[in-house]
Amino acid sequence: MRFAVLEFPGSNCDHDCMHALGTVMRQKAELVWHERDRLPAGTDCVVVPGGFSYGDYLRCGAVARFSPVMKAVFEHARRGGLVWGICNGFQILAESHLVPGVLLRNKHLRFLCQDVYVRVERRDSAFTSAAREGQVLRLPIAHGEGNYFCEPDTLKRLQDHRQIVLRYCDAGGEASEESNPNGALENIAGVLNAQGNVLGMMPHPERVSEAILGGTDGRVLFESALQALTTR
Amino acid sequence: MKQTTALPPPLPLPTDPEVSLKLAREYGLSADEYGRIGGILGREPTHTELGIFSVMWSEHCSYKTSKPHLRGFPTKGKRVLLGPGENAGVLDIGGGWATAFKIESHNHPSAIEPYQGAATGVGGILRDVFTMGARPIAGMNSLRFGDPKDPHVRKLIQGVVAGIGGYGNCVGVPTVGGEAVFDPVYRDNCLVNAFALGVMPHKRLITGKASGLGNPVMYIGATTGRDGIHGATFASVDLGEDAGEKRSAVQVGDPFMEKLLLEATLELIESGHLVGIQDMGAAGMTSSSVEMAFRGGAGIDIYVDKVPRRESGMVPYEVMLSESQERMLLVAKKGRERKVEAILNKWGLHASVVGRVTAGDRHRVFQDGRLVSDLPVAALADDHHPDFPLVRRPMRKPAYLDRAASLDLKSIRVPRDLNAALLKLLASPSLADKQWIFGQYDHQVRTNTLLKPGSDAAVIRVKENGKGLAMAVDGNGRYCWLGPREGGRLAVAEACRNVAVSGAEPIGLSDCLNFGNPEDPGIMWQFSEAVQGMAEAARALGVPVISGNVSLYNQGPKGAIDPTPIVAAVGLLEPVRGALRPVPQWFRQSGDRVYLAGKTREELGAGEYLAVVHGMKRGKPPRIDLKAEARLQKFCVKAARRELPRSAHDLSDGGLAVAAAECCISGERHGVPALGAVLNFRAPSGIRADALLFGESASRVLFSVAPSKAKAFEALAKASGVPLGYLGLTGGPALILSLHSGGPGKPGAGLNLGLDKIKTAHLNAFKGLDEI
Repeated sequence: MRFAVLEFPGSNCDHDCMHALGTVMRQKAELVWHERDRLPAGTDCVVVPGGFSYGDYLRCGAVARFSPVMKAVFEHARRGGLVWGICNGFQILAESHLVPGVLLRNKHLRFLCQDVYVRVERRDSAFTSAAREGQVLRLPIAHGEGNYFCEPDTLKRLQDHRQIVLRYCDAGGEASEESNPNGALENIAGVLNAQGNVLGMMPHPERVSEAILGGTDGRVLFESALQALTTR
Repeated sequence: MKQTTALPPPLPLPTDPEVSLKLAREYGLSADEYGRIGGILGREPTHTELGIFSVMWSEHCSYKTSKPHLRGFPTKGKRVLLGPGENAGVLDIGGGWATAFKIESHNHPSAIEPYQGAATGVGGILRDVFTMGARPIAGMNSLRFGDPKDPHVRKLIQGVVAGIGGYGNCVGVPTVGGEAVFDPVYRDNCLVNAFALGVMPHKRLITGKASGLGNPVMYIGATTGRDGIHGATFASVDLGEDAGEKRSAVQVGDPFMEKLLLEATLELIESGHLVGIQDMGAAGMTSSSVEMAFRGGAGIDIYVDKVPRRESGMVPYEVMLSESQERMLLVAKKGRERKVEAILNKWGLHASVVGRVTAGDRHRVFQDGRLVSDLPVAALADDHHPDFPLVRRPMRKPAYLDRAASLDLKSIRVPRDLNAALLKLLASPSLADKQWIFGQYDHQVRTNTLLKPGSDAAVIRVKENGKGLAMAVDGNGRYCWLGPREGGRLAVAEACRNVAVSGAEPIGLSDCLNFGNPEDPGIMWQFSEAVQGMAEAARALGVPVISGNVSLYNQGPKGAIDPTPIVAAVGLLEPVRGALRPVPQWFRQSGDRVYLAGKTREELGAGEYLAVVHGMKRGKPPRIDLKAEARLQKFCVKAARRELPRSAHDLSDGGLAVAAAECCISGERHGVPALGAVLNFRAPSGIRADALLFGESASRVLFSVAPSKAKAFEALAKASGVPLGYLGLTGGPALILSLHSGGPGKPGAGLNLGLDKIKTAHLNAFKGLDEI
């Protein structure tokens, strides 16, 4: 499978995604500089990595959406190609309206770096097919603006179309206020677009794809994407 | 080389204020130093020249007070590629790879503008590392504040922590560890010491030197403004009542610019177009251009009118002294200017040629072709130059010491409730869990972090050569206040021990020496004693000091801080059976055997227990036998390489009881459930119960070992000459620690505490810090 990992000025997790996809998952992965106006031929999945694109100075992700490469990403998504935004990548996808909703500052207004549990809400998506029903994953978060929010009618659409794919929960799988690290609406940690080919999520699966880093739960999502691409 | 043609001496600019002794004093120069300048030049300096002298000869840049004392540090070793004197020290770590690291203070800026002060501290130390050609892959910090109940202090803590996080997170360098200690002596002068570590292939190593006649001096990064003018001078005086007015001497950081500069700089160095590069840190253009010329044995011409600016009407004095952040000065090979520019353009940056390397030894500044400063490089930068103002300050043992260091234990009662005493210690700000702080730092970006904050050392992997690097920062101001020599030894020993317990061999040190006003003979004595103690320990442990920083004048209106040398130790972790297996501090498996290595004495002096439970800051710090310490550390590394211990935790503040409690619960954040233990401590007879539990005798480590490996572990301890006592087994829902020594206290007394109680006390101490 062929992955394209976008690289904006200020991207931080670009090389981490390359390592997880290339070295750990043994897939073809290529860094794509933001000024390029097309994706490498044969790209199956675009990864928009974490970091602070353009310093996140105006608003997280607000400037990156206007990068030349994003036009190619919109086209890729329109054709049904997989797009996967992680952390700042999620913020960029939200700013680009590739996934619904916005990401506000965390409820305590502090940056948070910690492990959280998330519950997989559906297995029949391109990013979760390798998970067990209701599987609880332990994944790290590291963000100051991960507090997901959307209007009530948008939320209703998300629920009707089963677009909420990851929810913050406790170790037992209970999604409660205590297990919600940042105040996200409905404990939302990850959402799909209506077509199901674009995912935005705050936790970092690439940080837990090797046992030596303290966990391998992130691999469940990578393996899912590979399955989805193989069976296409 | 042909000497540069001498020009007629520079004349004052119309905008220059009149140069006088009064002005020189305002800029921090003494009458003697002002006289020296006249002697060196044979004329009055211009205003620009006076500014250059004042910052180059400031304590912060010149080390004029501390340098003679620092010469006792061991700085050589088989791994040392570059010792002190560069932006950062460099050590070989095998496989053609090297590590560069350094710790540096940003105390005064943080005390008056906590967010920007701390943020730019991180920015500065990162630049020190990547200007060597190393990619920064880990940061740590050491913080000291007053009592967190004090609203003023809370504001500082919030600002500093947010500033460190805001900067480091954005640049994408994980903050993997650190420490924070609270004591009222730091109320008005908090300490913010930032450490950064990078890795590089040997061949990318570059230094901050200017050489090659006619090579262009280029300026890259952010534009120059009036921020931070005289920052270096400001760092070289006490923080007065009017400290708030010095806010303009604090720089403002732009981490996004730093990230671009980082990527562009590494690409530039890799390209081979450069001769040398240096961060414009303290004293900005002045110190970078002077130091580069000095190291390269060359002269340098600077054209200030070519320097990109963000403010109009700046005079040469301001441009030369500005400490605007995220700027670098580099010397490129002649003819490569366009190629340098092309690399910078990719990152949205620009380069400007702002000078040339010249023959000879003059540092000259031109404005629109007019000479405004013409100074000999050596007098500014060479501490062996006859006119360099090294100071031998008087020293005297301070009057408080004998009384404060005396301690009559008989006057202190052993608490009836030892459980309550432990809970009080665990909940005290200095010992309590610091997740509130660490949680604001991204400690995993770059996917190398093997041991996150919360163990004795942080451990990262180096993907490039398959090895691991362990690192820890440590220092104990109270020890040093009550016994600076011993305190210095203990600081080095503990930092190295923290690294060794993880299984890594300590290979290098960086130090940040935070002291009060050196013009006070008592403080100078503390400084001298502590530095000697540190040097003794570094030599005994065979670990070189490869970089460091001195921060003096740490005192507010109410007096000096405790003498606080902070030591950063770095260790090399070798793979075992093809994988890196760092040893964490927490218990991992029920039924493991628990051992205490090292000797326990009746040592409560200068300890956390006396301070927290009895409100006393008294007594001598624990004695340390450096030979025993060296044996213990070697044993820790050897045992880990043979995969014998399952966990290893250094005993320090709060002694055995605090260490045992941490072993029980600290794994939880790392995916290891809390685990109790049932322990019996058969200690040398006659020692008080509270000293057994909370005493801080040095050179001790608490291990847990799988039963199958117990025999080999015990045998290795014996062969290594390390005293080892078996205490009991891990397991159960409580920490039970019974004492058997016959000393004062209830017979058979000890601890029996449910893990929930321990967790509640330890984990919640910082809750509510957000509310001012």
